Amino acid sequence: MTRGKTMAVLVTLACTWTVGARQEPNEPHEKRSPVREFLEKHDIEYHGFYETRVGARLLDDPYEGKDLSIGEARYQFDLLAMRDWGDVKVKGDAYGDFVEEQAVFDLREANFFTRPSDSVDLKLGRQVLTWGTGDLIFINDVFPKDWVSFFIGRDTEYLKAPSDAVKVSLFSDAANLDVAYTPEFDSDRYITGDRLSYYNPILGRYAGEDDEMMISRRREFFEEDETALRLYRNISNYELALYGYWGYWKSPAGFNSTLTRATFPELYVYGASIRGTLGMGIANAEVGYYDSVDDRTGDNPLVNNSEMRYLLGYTQEIARDFTAGVQYYVEQLLDYGNYEDSLSAGSYARDEFRHVTTLRLTKMLMNQNLMLSLFAYYSPSDEDVYMRPMVNYKASDHLMYEVGANVFFGDEDYTFFNQFHNNTNVYCGVRYSF
Amino acid sequence: MFHKMTLSTLLISLGGAAGIGFAEDTPDVQTIVNKANVVAYYQGNDGKSTVQMVITSKQGQTRERLFNIVRKDVQDGGDQKYFVYFQRPADVRRMSYMVHKHVAKDDDRWLYMPSLDLVKRIAAGDKRTSFVGSDFLYEDVSGRNLDEDTHELVETTDAFYVVKNVPKKPETVEFSYYNVSIDKKTFVPMKMEFYDKEGKLYRTIESKKVEEIQGFPTVTVSLVQDLKSGSKTEMTFSNVKYDIGIGEIFEERYLRKPPQEVTK
Repeated sequence: MTRGKTMAVLVTLACTWTVGARQEPNEPHEKRSPVREFLEKHDIEYHGFYETRVGARLLDDPYEGKDLSIGEARYQFDLLAMRDWGDVKVKGDAYGDFVEEQAVFDLREANFFTRPSDSVDLKLGRQVLTWGTGDLIFINDVFPKDWVSFFIGRDTEYLKAPSDAVKVSLFSDAANLDVAYTPEFDSDRYITGDRLSYYNPILGRYAGEDDEMMISRRREFFEEDETALRLYRNISNYELALYGYWGYWKSPAGFNSTLTRATFPELYVYGASIRGTLGMGIANAEVGYYDSVDDRTGDNPLVNNSEMRYLLGYTQEIARDFTAGVQYYVEQLLDYGNYEDSLSAGSYARDEFRHVTTLRLTKMLMNQNLMLSLFAYYSPSDEDVYMRPMVNYKASDHLMYEVGANVFFGDEDYTFFNQFHNNTNVYCGVRYSF
Repeated sequence: MFHKMTLSTLLISLGGAAGIGFAEDTPDVQTIVNKANVVAYYQGNDGKSTVQMVITSKQGQTRERLFNIVRKDVQDGGDQKYFVYFQRPADVRRMSYMVHKHVAKDDDRWLYMPSLDLVKRIAAGDKRTSFVGSDFLYEDVSGRNLDEDTHELVETTDAFYVVKNVPKKPETVEFSYYNVSIDKKTFVPMKMEFYDKEGKLYRTIESKKVEEIQGFPTVTVSLVQDLKSGSKTEMTFSNVKYDIGIGEIFEERYLRKPPQEVTK
C-alpha cells in the first residue's frame, strides 16, 4: 500500500502541474502553420487534440513491476475530406507511453465512405464498428474491443478498437441490412499479463508480465475472416434488429496443449434486440446465442462452451441533468454437465449462470460543464464488482480535465472482475482539443 | 390527425367568433398564441439554418456552440423532426442529434457519437433543462406545448399583444408565469419575461433582430438572459432557408452519416 500511496501523491502532483501548465487563455490564437494552410486550401478538415494522462496502481501487484498504471502524452489528428463522390477520413494517435517506455502510432481510422445510390452506403478501410443495445455490455457487437485501454483509464473512445473491414449497408422500406466483412480476423486487445495481471486458470494463480500469455494468432487473409450482419427496422420508433456473426472468439477462448498456446476458436453468434420508449425512459432487450463451433458438445475442457447471453436495460432521467441506467445481464454456459465432467480435478468450475447487473449514474452540473459519473458492474453470482467513477470538467471550449478510477474487488481470485483486483488504479488527464 | 386538427381549428375560430364580440381586429388569445407558435417554430414545411450560440458567464468568460439545424414539419403546429449537426466545440464536433418531436407524447431522441460509431437513444428528459449548456432550455429551442399553459391577453399596445401564460402544472416548472409580447403584424414573439415563484422577473428572451426570409418573418438574433446567475446566451441564425424539400432523412442511416444538406 505504501508504494501505491507514494505513487498516488506523485500522480496528484503531476496532475496539479499539468493543470497549472496547461491553463489556456479563453480564446487562444491559432498559430498559422503551413500544414494547416495546405489542408485548408484543399478543403480538408483538420482537428484533434493533445492529451496527457497519468495514473497509478493503488495496490501492490506481485506480478506487475511498475507503479504507473498509465502515463502517456498523446496527439490525435483527425482529417476529413468531404467530396461529392465520397468522404475520406484519416484519424491517428501518436503517443509516448511511459509505462511501456515506447512511442506508439495507432491508426484509428483510414476509410472511404460513399453513397453510390439511394439505397446503398459503403465504407471501406479501417473503421470503428458498433451496433447492439447494451451499455458497456456487448452481445451482438462482436467487433474488437480494447480491454487494456478500458481498464487503465484511457478515454472510452479507446474501448472500441478499429476493424479493417468493408461495411455495406442496404436500405429498403421493408428493412435495412448492414454487412461488415473483415478479411483478416481482428481480435480484441485483450489482457495478456503484460500490462495488467489476471487469473490464469492453467497456472492456477494470478499471472503478470513474467508469464505473458502465448498466443496462436489467426492471420490468414481471406481464410480466417469475419462476417457480421445486422438486419434492422424501426416500427413506431421501436428499433428491432437481428444479428449474425461468423468468425472467432475475440479474446483467447481455447488452449492448444501441443503448442501450449492460447487460441481463438471458431465462433458463430446469432441474436436479436429491441429498443424503445417505455414509460419515462428507454428500455432495451438483447439476446445472443454463442455457438462455439469447435466444442459444440461442451466436452472439450480446452475450448469455451457455447453460451446464451441475455440483457435487459432501462435508462431514465431521474432529475434534471441526472440520468440513471440499469442493466441485467446473464451468461448461460450451455452443455454444463459435459463441461463439469470434462474439468480436470482441482480446477474451479465456472457457474452455469453468470449474473451481472450494471448501474450508470450521470449528473451534469455548472451549465453541463462538470460531469460526475459512475458506471458499476456487480455480479451477484461471482460476488465481484468493477467500478468506474469519473469526474470530467470542461474548463473552456478547448480544455478538459478528467479524474477517474478503475476499482475491482470481490471474493474469489478467479472471478471475471476480481481477477483484475491488483490492477485497481486512479488516473487523471488533461486534454486540449482543436 | 389532419381531421382532428381541422376540427379543433374550426372550433377555435367558431368560439372566437361567437364568444368575443369586441374590436374585430383583435383576435382572441388562442388564435394569437397559435399564430405565434407557428411563426416561431413552423415556418414553411421545412427549414435549415446554421446556429451560433455565444454563452457569456457573469465573469465574462465565453463559450461557443456552432451547429446546423434542419427541421421538417410533420404537421403545422404539431409533430416535427429535427436534425442537429455539431461543428463546435471540438469535443462534440460531428456528433449528430435527432429528435422526433411529438405534441401528444414524449419526444424520441437519438445521439450519434462518431468516435465510438455509437447510436445512443436519449431518454426523454425534463424539457426545462439547458440545451447544450447554454441559457436556452430544450423547450425554448423546440417549443413549449401550448396546452401546458393557460393563456390570457393582458395588454394590447400599439405594437404588441401581451399574453400572460400560466402553467397548468406549476410543480413541473421553475416559473410561476411568463409574459410574451407578440408583434401585432408579424406574430413574432419579440420578448418573453419569466417570473419566479415569488413573482420576481428572473429570465428574459428577446428577439434582437427579425428579418424577412423567403417571405417568412424570421428571428435571426435571439438573446436570453438569466438575471439570477448573470449569464446570457446570444443565438445567431445564418444561412436560413425554407421549403428546401428535405427528404426522409430523420432515421438511423443519416444519423450515422448525415447528408450534405445537414453538414454544409
